[in-house]
Amino acid sequence: MRELELYGQVAGKDVVEHLRQLASLLKGLKVVHINSTRRGGGVAEILERLVPLMKELGIEAEWVVIEGDEEFFQCTKNFHNALQGTPVSIPESVLQHYEEVNARNAEAFRELLQEADLVFVHDPQPAAMLKFCPDRKGKWVWRCHIDISRPYRAVWKYLRPLVASYDASIFSIAEFAQPLPHPLYIIPPSIDPLSEKNRDLPPEEVEATYRAFQIDLERPVLLQVSRFDRFKDPLGVIQAYRLAKKFVPALQLVLAGGGAVDDPEAEAVLQEVEAAAADDPNIHVLFLPPEADRTINALQRGADVVLQKSLREGFGLTVTEAMWKSKPVIGGDTGGIKLQVINHHTGFRVNTPEGAALRARYLLHHREIREAMGRKAREFVRENFLITRHLRDYLTLMVSLTYEVQERIELS
Amino acid sequence: MKPFEVKDCTLIAIATGVQAQNLRELREKMETIHPGSIYYHFWGGMLHSRFEEPEFNNDFAAWVRHALHDPVLAERLAVIDPTDSPDLEALRQELIEVMEERLYELEHIPWARPGEEFHFIRSQIVVFDTHRRLRDPEELPYLLPNFSLGSLFYHFIDARRRTPEGVDDFRAWLCGFGGKYDDLCEMIAAIDPYFTTLTELRQILSKVFMDYFGRVI
Repeated sequence: MRELELYGQVAGKDVVEHLRQLASLLKGLKVVHINSTRRGGGVAEILERLVPLMKELGIEAEWVVIEGDEEFFQCTKNFHNALQGTPVSIPESVLQHYEEVNARNAEAFRELLQEADLVFVHDPQPAAMLKFCPDRKGKWVWRCHIDISRPYRAVWKYLRPLVASYDASIFSIAEFAQPLPHPLYIIPPSIDPLSEKNRDLPPEEVEATYRAFQIDLERPVLLQVSRFDRFKDPLGVIQAYRLAKKFVPALQLVLAGGGAVDDPEAEAVLQEVEAAAADDPNIHVLFLPPEADRTINALQRGADVVLQKSLREGFGLTVTEAMWKSKPVIGGDTGGIKLQVINHHTGFRVNTPEGAALRARYLLHHREIREAMGRKAREFVRENFLITRHLRDYLTLMVSLTYEVQERIELS
Repeated sequence: MKPFEVKDCTLIAIATGVQAQNLRELREKMETIHPGSIYYHFWGGMLHSRFEEPEFNNDFAAWVRHALHDPVLAERLAVIDPTDSPDLEALRQELIEVMEERLYELEHIPWARPGEEFHFIRSQIVVFDTHRRLRDPEELPYLLPNFSLGSLFYHFIDARRRTPEGVDDFRAWLCGFGGKYDDLCEMIAAIDPYFTTLTELRQILSKVFMDYFGRVI
């Protein structure tokens, strides 16, 4: 069976028919996606599925990954932090290096980029490549996956002219968008229900995974899956667990995550977390390799309550993943989590470790409510955050830009 | 008579980059904002997944209540029915007048906290063909309960700004049967499409068709 039909079984036949109608206007279009990592993080996960599906619909889609050195990724990590509001000083020489790396990558992919009808550039890492492709024939779109609603102004002042030259940009939610002189599409990201990370698993596999990490599935489990990143507030999660444990003595906490090639801070944050957890055998800190998708799937399925206590968040695909597995989520009241976690329906949004502890206690003590919220959470994801909806939005944007549509796209 | 072509639709949101932090800014931005944005903030929410009935039927009223904490203005904005205005420009003027009146009454301009600004959004509509066709109005009571919410939005809401007569597609189609269904058209016209949800609208319309055709068959 073709991939799209498999998705139709999960998302509905009409959804696939909509994709085919949109794609009929885009057959043979040359589309390139550019980002900075092949594995690790939500962007790579999305592209891994989006690009093959575009191909199946008759679009000549390609995905290229830029290369950079440590100095480059330190600079782009600083961009990331600054765009999310942290004051960061980036020396002129480092910015120059950032542009040199972008120029080198533009040179490496020049032919492909010049010939493409549409180029999607993901996040700030490759954003300067457009500047080095003056002879491009297609439209270029900047896809911003992070929350830039209140950026550190000095860094935004540098980046804004680079992204203002694009033909359109995409933000995950309206609040993230900065005024730019082109259309600003709002496209929330998505999860792939058929991927290793999200497909159904036999209960024995879930049990075996927990056994392998010596975590007792007979006792309640709180779980946070995320990169070891300060914005994900892993230390706040430990504090929340300690507060909740006073009332749920059997409680265990699992902090599972990894790093990514473009995230040089992960190691330092991991050390802080390990130090904070060292005195408690019921806190399990798991540093997982990028290919541990099935392990993460099993951990999410086995948990009683999932946390995503981010202080700033782009969208929070780990929230979507947990909701798809029928888990209510206690999430930080920020970014895309606000779009997914609907208080008392799919989970709770919180602002402090105390708030997270309170809601964790409530959910752990009310099994029926927890399960009902989990069921609602799964349906909410089915309607809004599966890759089929994401692909439909991308195709809509592609039709709009290719045919310069203003308000209506009529298909047959 | 041309068959009724059943369509489906979805909206894709486009941020305008325009935002308001306080009531005066909201009123000022309202003067020049793209009319599609006014449409979106009145009607776009109908296609969102919801767990509860919305407290307010338009985004302006909801923001004024929850971000500016002005229940008086929120109620005045909430009662505005966009179907009473002949077009979006008239609706824009009504909104501006209600906001100006409130600004005149207040000693201090209400502000939203940082992070709670009002973001003006507009949308593009994508229309899909379901390839379903109705040749006889008597098929309506059987087909309507299975309409997707997107189909209902397209034929009952979007049609009002798409068709020259400004009516829903059901009435536009039924009018073509030489007055045979005038009484049914009147019953459809009596349905208020605004202060409700698409799911409820589908139930109401289905009942109208069931009752009508149940009676004449």
